[in-house]
Amino acid sequence: MNQLNLDHAHAAIEFNKNEPRVDWHDETLWFVRTKRDRAVAQLPEWEQLREAASQIKNHVLSNMHDLLAQFEENAKRNGITVHWATDGAEHNAIIHDLIQKAGATRMVKSKSMLTEECHLNDYLTRHGIEVIDSDLGERIVQMRKEPPSHIVLPAIHLTKADVGETFHEHLGTEKGATDPQYLTEAARQHLRETFLTRKVALTGVNFAIAETGGFVVCTNEGNADMGAHLADVHIAAMGFEKIIPRAEHLGVFLRLLARSATGQPITTFSSHFHRPRPGQEMHIVIVDNGRSRQLGRPDFRNSLKCIRCAACMNTCPVYRRSGGHSYHSAVAGPIGSILAPNLDMKLNADLPFASTLCGSCSNVCPVKIDIHDQLYKWRQVLMQEGYGPTSKTVSMKAMATVLESPRLYRMAGKVGRGVLRFAPVTVENRFNPWYNQREMPEPPAESFRDWYINNKKA
Amino acid sequence: MYMKVGLFIPCYIDQFYPKVAIATLKLLEKVGCDVAYPLQQTCCGQPMANSGYEHLTGGCNDNFVSNFAGYDYIVSPSGSCTLHIKHHLHGTNETAATEIRSRIYELTEFLTDVLKISTLEATFPYRVGLHQSCHGQRGLHLAQMSELVAPPYSKPVQLLNLVKDLELIQLDRRDECCGFGGTFCVTEEAVSAKMGKDRVADHLRHGVHYITGVDVSCLMHMEGILKRANSNVQVKHIAEILTATV
Repeated sequence: MNQLNLDHAHAAIEFNKNEPRVDWHDETLWFVRTKRDRAVAQLPEWEQLREAASQIKNHVLSNMHDLLAQFEENAKRNGITVHWATDGAEHNAIIHDLIQKAGATRMVKSKSMLTEECHLNDYLTRHGIEVIDSDLGERIVQMRKEPPSHIVLPAIHLTKADVGETFHEHLGTEKGATDPQYLTEAARQHLRETFLTRKVALTGVNFAIAETGGFVVCTNEGNADMGAHLADVHIAAMGFEKIIPRAEHLGVFLRLLARSATGQPITTFSSHFHRPRPGQEMHIVIVDNGRSRQLGRPDFRNSLKCIRCAACMNTCPVYRRSGGHSYHSAVAGPIGSILAPNLDMKLNADLPFASTLCGSCSNVCPVKIDIHDQLYKWRQVLMQEGYGPTSKTVSMKAMATVLESPRLYRMAGKVGRGVLRFAPVTVENRFNPWYNQREMPEPPAESFRDWYINNKKA
Repeated sequence: MYMKVGLFIPCYIDQFYPKVAIATLKLLEKVGCDVAYPLQQTCCGQPMANSGYEHLTGGCNDNFVSNFAGYDYIVSPSGSCTLHIKHHLHGTNETAATEIRSRIYELTEFLTDVLKISTLEATFPYRVGLHQSCHGQRGLHLAQMSELVAPPYSKPVQLLNLVKDLELIQLDRRDECCGFGGTFCVTEEAVSAKMGKDRVADHLRHGVHYITGVDVSCLMHMEGILKRANSNVQVKHIAEILTATV
């Protein structure tokens, strides 16, 4: 069943129908978390680095306008054309226009979560433009017509066997092949042709530097470079929060990013783009798409500090056991759950509840976003704005009435224990979600208060 | 030093686990505290607040303040409920609420940080696994968190080390959440139960006789899973172990 049409809890039920696969998914991502732990433990100054990054990003959030204006000025001076997009639709239209002006009908794209957020592939395909995602994981999910399930490891929900099947179907590899070397080679040959024949290449942006007007793209496969260097037109798309003030700040962020993401000291490629090569066009599309609104929410603005490392997903015990697609949003996991309600409260009202508020996400976050506190705060906003089911509001009101009254509380407790003791069938049935996989606690004859009055209060 | 301690027993402990409350009371009295249990206490309000209805907790808050104003310390055998009060207690009498927020302690932090307990007369000759409840650990900092690059410490372990013959096992994942999560345990039943099963399995792999912790809610969840699997392994709140004798 397609998890994307369900709310998180129901999508998680689907995901959990295959328990060995849940175990595999959990262990695969936990392995990434432990790699991250080993990598960060080698830097005694890790916590200071996080603090520095957090402060730089706080500065960015408070000076967004000036830094963006400075970036635009410097980028233009370097010969880069700067475009501004209010929302996803504008972003898509600008890119479509650039492709048409280049006289192209095909584009190669390297990893960009922003284009996922704006649904660029769908838009361009509908307008007759063929888009090839060049990063291996992205290419795999693109062939399968699925969205990425993870912002760094887009095909992490798939096994080697799944990939073998997909490649057999789309690339003509041998049926039943699971050897990663063989499958990767097939993808490499397929993509090589793509790189050589595409006139337009799109990349994401990890960091845009205000003082230089340049930007940095971090990849492990080098596909951003392959695409950008071979194409006549290089388009880079960025959410406006990707700005950093100075080039020297890369010394903080590049050390944090890959260690947090995969446990590598640094990504294989940190590609610095500052100006188009002779004869090339370079464009940068700076996108708002709700970011200004989020910046205006005091409780949630610092979610814009995110550098998209996905450490919060890898550590999240819920994400590992529900899968990225259960979040029905371009960015899954804890960070996605605090970003998505800003884009659409109604559609994403379930996401802040897809958490136990354990707090592990906030602890791994390299820029110290208080993710779990924001999950709690989004819950308050969403319920107060009426995005909760009426039945929930009614039962919460009833619960509050009982719990705020010592007399009602004691009566309810006594009745509840009595029911459990003498008529357990009324709760031990399939309508009680607790009882589905867990026994009920054994109810005692007397409460602590009863005991206290009988034994201590003489 | 004479100190008056108000005992805060979370609602579900009062109703379902009175033995944990009794052990907590006995432990506090044994180490010399003058303990009173205010009789009109109910709930900290967390079930509503974590569900997004903090705006409905005013009644619980005022009731909490009227029960616990005036104590030198308020102590509770629950990291989660203590954290909720510390972060979210407000009231008609805001001065009293503020005072309470600064005077409430989870049991193990009270014993280690305020009373500075260094000996205990307790014996528990079993293999024990410690479940690090998230709100106590990451919220109240009862123990160092595995995500941070920082020196290790653990207040519950410090106390368990004072218990004679107790053998504490090391878990594969030392501080992963058990999946209880308040109303999460029913609204996200599939993930909650799976997290619980995985947590319990880690303890079972290491041959524990008992799983202990500072939060009965997590233990209740894991107990439900153990019982469903017909396991002999039992859960015990840390207060029960710190007062155990052979």
